[in-house]
Amino acid sequence: MFNMQDGRKAQVNENESETQVPVEDESALPDIASALDSFERRRRNLIPILQMMQQRQGYLSPRAMRLVAEHLRISPSEVYGVATFYNQFRFHPPGRHQIKVCLGTACHVVGGDIILENFERKLEIKEGQTTRDREFSIERVACVGCCALAPVAIVDDATHGHMAPSKVEGLLLGFQIEKEQAQKERDQSEPST
Amino acid sequence: MATCGLAAGAAETMAAFDEALAERRLTAHVIPVGCLGHCYAEPLVVIHKPGFPGIAYHNVTPGKARVLVRTFLEEDDPLFEYMLGAIETNDLIPSVLDFPRFYLEHRLVMEHCGLIDPQDIHQYLALGGYAAFIKALAGTPEDVIREVSASGLRGRGGAGFPTGRKWQLAREAPGDRKIVICNADEGDPGAYMDRTLLESNPHQLLEGIAITAYGVGAHRAIIYVRAEYPLAVARMTQGIQQANTVGLLGADILESGFDLDVSVFLGSGAFVCGEETALIESIEGNRGMPRYRPPYPAIKGLWGRPTVINNVKTLSTVPAIIRQGGNWHRAIGSPGSPGTAIFSVVGKVIHAGLVEIATGTTLRTLIFDICGGIPKRKKFKAVQIGGPSGGCLPESFLDTPVDFDSLTQAGAMMGSGGMVVMDEESCMVNVARYFLDFTQHESCGKCTFCRVGTRHLLNILDRITKGEGKEQDLEVLESLSQEIKDGSLCGLGKTAPNPVLTSLRYFREEYEAHVREKRCPAMMCRTLTAFFIDLEKCARGCDACVGCCPVTAIFTSRDRKKAIDQSLCVKCGECMVACPAEYAAVKKVSPPELAPVIARPPEESPQNA
Repeated sequence: MFNMQDGRKAQVNENESETQVPVEDESALPDIASALDSFERRRRNLIPILQMMQQRQGYLSPRAMRLVAEHLRISPSEVYGVATFYNQFRFHPPGRHQIKVCLGTACHVVGGDIILENFERKLEIKEGQTTRDREFSIERVACVGCCALAPVAIVDDATHGHMAPSKVEGLLLGFQIEKEQAQKERDQSEPST
Repeated sequence: MATCGLAAGAAETMAAFDEALAERRLTAHVIPVGCLGHCYAEPLVVIHKPGFPGIAYHNVTPGKARVLVRTFLEEDDPLFEYMLGAIETNDLIPSVLDFPRFYLEHRLVMEHCGLIDPQDIHQYLALGGYAAFIKALAGTPEDVIREVSASGLRGRGGAGFPTGRKWQLAREAPGDRKIVICNADEGDPGAYMDRTLLESNPHQLLEGIAITAYGVGAHRAIIYVRAEYPLAVARMTQGIQQANTVGLLGADILESGFDLDVSVFLGSGAFVCGEETALIESIEGNRGMPRYRPPYPAIKGLWGRPTVINNVKTLSTVPAIIRQGGNWHRAIGSPGSPGTAIFSVVGKVIHAGLVEIATGTTLRTLIFDICGGIPKRKKFKAVQIGGPSGGCLPESFLDTPVDFDSLTQAGAMMGSGGMVVMDEESCMVNVARYFLDFTQHESCGKCTFCRVGTRHLLNILDRITKGEGKEQDLEVLESLSQEIKDGSLCGLGKTAPNPVLTSLRYFREEYEAHVREKRCPAMMCRTLTAFFIDLEKCARGCDACVGCCPVTAIFTSRDRKKAIDQSLCVKCGECMVACPAEYAAVKKVSPPELAPVIARPPEESPQNA
């Protein structure tokens, strides 16, 4: 498992657009602290607060959870207990490209697990993990409700129906080419400046 | 333009229409609508052109969209080859109403789904929307409850509790700050009708909620939606805003003195939160663990107040009942559970999607007549009804009518309406293992039998699917299942063993084949199967399988034909798909020892094979 330690900064390209999920641990914290003040100090706000934090930070860091505990005047273990109960919350930063493989019933019957396995093998990580370079993370989801298109994988925001092992290779190859292209462009522009 | 349509590429299709129309300077209203439930035909487009009936086109790609604009809209050729059919009866074009997928359905709740723009309250109003709410407001709350009780409506969330009685209890409960909760925490893998209703007709649901709140005397309503349904959340939030703006929700609605504040709560994804007391815990900010009942939520629910919790489908049925009367609803479907039921029929069927039928329709009609049966001339094996809490029914149960009581009797349950059809290639042991994997993961951990018991069931099934099962395993599965049912507090634990029990009852020989012969009859359990290449059929020099293998397990043997290295093979089946049909040389066998072992020629290494 790739563990994100507190305060360890991830490498983020400065020219990245704002739509990318921030993978830094601390940059979003002051932002979260100020957003917390808009929530009443009531227990019923715990889940909405956690959802807000995950949306801003991409995941729930230990520090952020401590902030919530302080705000609601409950113990951090209580916050952690609720957060770990629900499938929505993640506790380590997601990759730049998020891969979700549907393992609903309809997908299972037509081999969704084979698709998951192919992603895992290609990226050399297991579901729930992020690659070392933070490019990719893999998750399994229970059902995305596109059962007629099974097996389904969601890569970033695009849903891919009728997946096959060869499509997995194609998708990842596409990202690789994109990355190399971007690198090439950067290399070309650098000497000129 | 609901989630499934978008996944099939509806956004691209719509962009292509807009572009083509602009290019040709044609004026047309392109209206994004909700979901019609015909998932197999997505992206689906209906074109209304003066002089023609409304025509539905299926699988409309951006390319087809451009052709339609040019050939139909500009040149009047309606392009029969792209057509599903006309949506109304006419003299010109065959109508979709001639197809069983359409005429055998009984659309009551989904009547307007896919035909109106869910983002515009006026489209719903124009079709008589909110008229039932106004009618209810004109009468007394008791009238509402009387009508719903007379309708015989039973909770569509799965348990089938009479809705009228639940409301009556809440109405009579002491306390003036009552709450209505709409349960849209659809967590069943394979069921998505709630999402479709939220996305395709949010105002019908809001109207149902408003009537319910009026009936039980609540001034606050909460819609609990899964956060995994972002589009549904957006549509509901927008719907609430619009209804507030026109004065159909909020304070002193239509000067009747009745106030109702509706809000959306995002559920964070826990299957057990579909259970009403767990859902309440979750809104209160706790781990979603069920509470002991009684007291029932109708007496003491959210924040200790009387709370009515109803499913999306139940609440969406309410407007029609108030509009047309309880007796009208009572006459539809079977007497024990009148009304309609929505099923998401998926898996190995030709016309997959959402189907709304009158209760009492048989499974055979539903699967074979409406949904077109099994594709590729495969044989029907089982239908799994009710998701992880339901059961697998074999062919002999195809004539079972679909209603709460008959299905429970057969060992399955209506559940939320997920229905997965399986053909001869689906292994029942594997499917039971799949559901146990799900319930084991989703068990909240409160009751020991559910927490530990489901884990043990899963371990045993894991062993069996890997060919390590023991003779006594089957007995343990049966007795442990019964104990889990008896020792669990909520519906999750009480029903979790159902997939195991029903598959053991109806497909025992499959379990026995796994345990005794280490063989998977459906050839689905991967440890128990192997692929090999038939050297008689393999063509010299063809490389189709080599290129597609993700682990380079395929090599060229001495006579230039291909063979599979069993130690590397991950059994994904890609080579079987890739092998040209005229050769069909890749074979699948179970048990794996049946595959002939061909040694890799020593001079070649996997890299250059």
